[in-house]
Amino acid sequence: MNTSDTIIAPATAPGVGGIAIVRISGADALSALLSYFRPSAASATLESHRLYYGALRDRSGCLVDEVMAVYMAAPHTYTRDDVVEIQCHGSQQVITAILSLYQEHGLRLAEPGEFTYRAFISGRLDLSQAEAVSRLVHAKTDSARKLSLEQVGGALSREIYSLAESLKKSLVLIEAWIDFPEEDLPDEDLISIATTIENAKSKTLTITSSYTCGRVLTEGASILLLGQPNVGKSSLLNALLGEERAIVTEVPGTTRDFLEEGFVIDGIPLRLVDTAGLCKSGDVVESEGVRRAEEKIPSADLLLWVVDSTKKLDDLDLYVYNRCVGVPTFLILTKTDLVAEFGDLSFCNFPIYQISSKTGVGLDGLRRGISSFFVGDQISAPEAVMLTERRHYEVLLFCLDCLRRASELLVDGSTLELLAFEIREALDCLGKISGETSTESLLDDIFSGFCIGK
Amino acid sequence: MVNSYSKNYQVIVVGAGHAGCEAALASARMGCSTLLLTIGLDTIAQMSCNPSIGGLAKGHLVHEIDAMGGEMGLNIDATGIQFRRLNTRKGPAVRAARAQADRMAYSARMKYVIEQEELLDLKQGMVDDLLVEKGRVVGLETREGIGFYGEAVVLTTGTFMRGLIHIGLNNYAGGRAGELSAEGLSGSLKRLGFRIGRLKTGTPARLSARSIDFSKLERQPGDQQIKPFSFVTDKIEREQVDCFVAETNEKTHQIIRESLDRSPLYSGVIEGVGPRYCPSIEDKVVRFPDKNSHQSFLEPEGMRGSEMYPSGLSTSLPPDVQLAYFRSMVGFERVEIMRPGYAIEYDFVEPMQLRASLETRAVAGLFHAGQINGTSGYEEAAGQGLLAGINAARRCQGRDPVIIGRDEGYLGVMVDDLVTQPTTDPYRMFTSRAEYRLLLREDNADQRLTELGRKIGLVGDTRWEKYLKKQEQVVAASQIIKNKSITPSDRQVVEDLDLGELKSGVSLELLLKRPEINIAQLEAVCPELSEFSRQALEQVEIAVKYEGYIKRQLEQVERFREQEEIKLPADIDYMKIPSISTEVREKLINIKPISLGQASRIQGVTPAAIAVIHIYLRKQNYA
Ligand SMILES: Nc1nc2c(ncn2[C@@H]2O[C@H](COP(=O)(O)OP(=O)(O)OP(=O)(O)O)[C@@H](O)[C@H]2O)c(=O)[nH]1
Ligand SMILES: [Mg+2]
Repeated sequence: MNTSDTIIAPATAPGVGGIAIVRISGADALSALLSYFRPSAASATLESHRLYYGALRDRSGCLVDEVMAVYMAAPHTYTRDDVVEIQCHGSQQVITAILSLYQEHGLRLAEPGEFTYRAFISGRLDLSQAEAVSRLVHAKTDSARKLSLEQVGGALSREIYSLAESLKKSLVLIEAWIDFPEEDLPDEDLISIATTIENAKSKTLTITSSYTCGRVLTEGASILLLGQPNVGKSSLLNALLGEERAIVTEVPGTTRDFLEEGFVIDGIPLRLVDTAGLCKSGDVVESEGVRRAEEKIPSADLLLWVVDSTKKLDDLDLYVYNRCVGVPTFLILTKTDLVAEFGDLSFCNFPIYQISSKTGVGLDGLRRGISSFFVGDQISAPEAVMLTERRHYEVLLFCLDCLRRASELLVDGSTLELLAFEIREALDCLGKISGETSTESLLDDIFSGFCIGK
Repeated sequence: MVNSYSKNYQVIVVGAGHAGCEAALASARMGCSTLLLTIGLDTIAQMSCNPSIGGLAKGHLVHEIDAMGGEMGLNIDATGIQFRRLNTRKGPAVRAARAQADRMAYSARMKYVIEQEELLDLKQGMVDDLLVEKGRVVGLETREGIGFYGEAVVLTTGTFMRGLIHIGLNNYAGGRAGELSAEGLSGSLKRLGFRIGRLKTGTPARLSARSIDFSKLERQPGDQQIKPFSFVTDKIEREQVDCFVAETNEKTHQIIRESLDRSPLYSGVIEGVGPRYCPSIEDKVVRFPDKNSHQSFLEPEGMRGSEMYPSGLSTSLPPDVQLAYFRSMVGFERVEIMRPGYAIEYDFVEPMQLRASLETRAVAGLFHAGQINGTSGYEEAAGQGLLAGINAARRCQGRDPVIIGRDEGYLGVMVDDLVTQPTTDPYRMFTSRAEYRLLLREDNADQRLTELGRKIGLVGDTRWEKYLKKQEQVVAASQIIKNKSITPSDRQVVEDLDLGELKSGVSLELLLKRPEINIAQLEAVCPELSEFSRQALEQVEIAVKYEGYIKRQLEQVERFREQEEIKLPADIDYMKIPSISTEVREKLINIKPISLGQASRIQGVTPAAIAVIHIYLRKQNYA
């Protein structure tokens, strides 16, 4: 394992905690921090082992979060390398934003246990502890097979195994074609290889797309409230939380920026995000809030399009509707304790929930709807593969890339060795999850499968 | 009664097969007074089995041997009678050279080259005992009663150590059919503490050409355009011949099946393990009952003689069965066998007892190369011989051994495999063994290893100058294709290359990236390029076309090197490192890996153990 680059990962367990810590370790830790972090007290340099309050802004200068950051100079750190810790708000969106900011910056997402591994490698842990630690390190490299696979009930393991087996069969053929051109082997049948690759591709795709659902269970999901001003978004947030978190007034445009609160439905950790009502406004501050609300749409797992049931649907509502098309959305009709006026909604295919934040009618139905939207199918189908670990997800995405390139190569048979290269890389990826080095017994398979020997 | 020989040598090489010849030549050319001792002076560089050199991965090895200044490439270029490049329709990394040799000419030329080498003495003699003092080899004694003294000994014993020939249920001692076996040496090695194992290999009968009806067989000619093995060979002069393709049939298989009770293999007489990739015909018939025919290339063993080698039909069945099954094949109805096929069992010394320099760990100055290390194949043997010869010479000269990385050559892959992986059957090279296959090509063997050969002292001025010239050309030609552009106004060129609508200028480099365009086409439209050699242009073409893949392999190499560069000091005391299992500790003590990377490739050494060693090294300030 590379121990010289700079790595990053959340150091706190995912969940609904108020504060999360993101940890960076490696030679570039400080420069990475300073690329995006400005301490509010304008001190020129950061002193080691002191906590600074400030703003973390992305490349374009947008605020990612207000954070506390501490820089710890080597060697008096956990890993003995330079370490930076960023304390941010516990919301998954914030953590994800920080992680992707730094990944784009060039830091690598740490493997599970990698900080401990580095601490161990750097000699920070005493040799007398080595026995215990070596078990830990071992668990890390074999972790996929031993631990995480069993955690998901073996379904992922079986899927990965059968994927690897089919790819390996193709690889055996390809390697035989390469190394034994003068033997009478089965013909170079690229069509059967292509079929295998296509199947592997779609299987991998299915597994990777289950990541969202698997992730929702472990990392939580975000729900974004969207609607024109004064329709009752903030009231809905308060009603679902059972607490007066957002300010509610009869003045349209009360919520100026987004507000994010965590709550739990059926054990699913959720983040509910209230936004400024969407409209084209002359008010600069609010239009900034509107822009940010719209920006959040792609990263939300579910949208709640909030419509005031006492008003006729107007252009502004449709403007919001158009923002929601293509993204999972529920239509929420509010204020059902009053007289309904909204009119024809037959154009809209979203599930519709009618609620009153004032009386609480319809809120339970909405809760059930949200719960089954996120986990409903999976819970009823226990055998379905669900990807929960980000590391597995990233490895499989890479695997998918290799398979895609492999199928492009298949167009022309003059590149068998490149095809072998891609399949080997894909198998290496699967091996990172299953803990098996799949090319080990390749030669055995070639000799037991084909009559070779001139 | 033993007589001490008056002359003291620096390096003594035992055995003059493909390994021994390379070892002796390398050592002598590097300036060491060298003795090459062999059982028979008439069988130097003998092709005991297939009369051919090269093939996938093996051709790669020959190119590497050649780049470092070895002899094999030149020898086959001078004596080859049919050249055929394999996989020409696949990518450059897996194209390989293969050639049939005139067996006698191959042997004769190698003997001549050895006889011309100034510091090299060639003598006939059979070694009975190694002389070792205080853990260092000091010489050896022959059965003829002569004691030869030297600072380093390279053993390349082939199949001769306790060789046992099987033909049917008859067996007798012999190093090859008609030659003596070496009975004393492996006992001597055993007494020195080496673990000795037993392997088996086999060879088919040789058939009389006169008795074969070639009109019934498919003819297989060689290449029209021959690409020589050696970087310094310009042209193949020798007259070329055709090979033929024959086939077994159900009748053949039935004869074989009915005679299995007379096979030493199936009646349990043979204990040695044979090569998986080269099963005998009886093995193939038994293991693949669904195949109703097996192919055999019929290869002439020389320009003049009559002997034909039927590939893929090695056997240890009795001669009458051999004759019967051959005569069941089309074209062989009246065939006469000149030499029957046979199996041979022989002793080898488990190569995990070697350092990466091919020096044994137990006895300083003692090197092993070739079949004694459990390998098979002339090319594998020659490669090890070259490295063992180089390192024996360097040892005498007080220099560090030369060790080639897995990312630098098949030579490196082979040695690393040998010293870290247990031998289960005779080891043969395959391209699939090379993780960095796309980088280890025949066409760039010179770029990978000529400089090393020059540094060692094996690359002479002629080769070196030719190499430098090629390198200059590669650089200059790359510059041209980068800088020169085709614009829409170059109508003729656009039409010649069938480029269709060009919106703006395109560099030749970008054009070359297109799969349908090759360097020859660019040469036609850009006269400046025709000044460069074909080899130089080929390099430019590969570098451009495979840029993405080469880059990805280089990244893999980078990751690999990181652990490779953490060296394990010779005096590391594994007993002092806590928390690693006894089994792993024993392996490390026995194998003494040179780097953390190599340690990680030893079977059974866990990632945890590697981490523990790494931390230990840091604490000791080794790494
Ligand atoms: N009767 C009734 N009134 C409601 C209900 N929900 C919200 N309201 C009222 O509608 C008005 C607007 O409510 P908010 O929750 O502030 O609306 P909003 O969508 O957050 O508005 P902005 O933040 O301005 O975009 C307030 O006066 C609320 O009291 C409801 O269910 N029933
Ligand atoms: Mg509001």
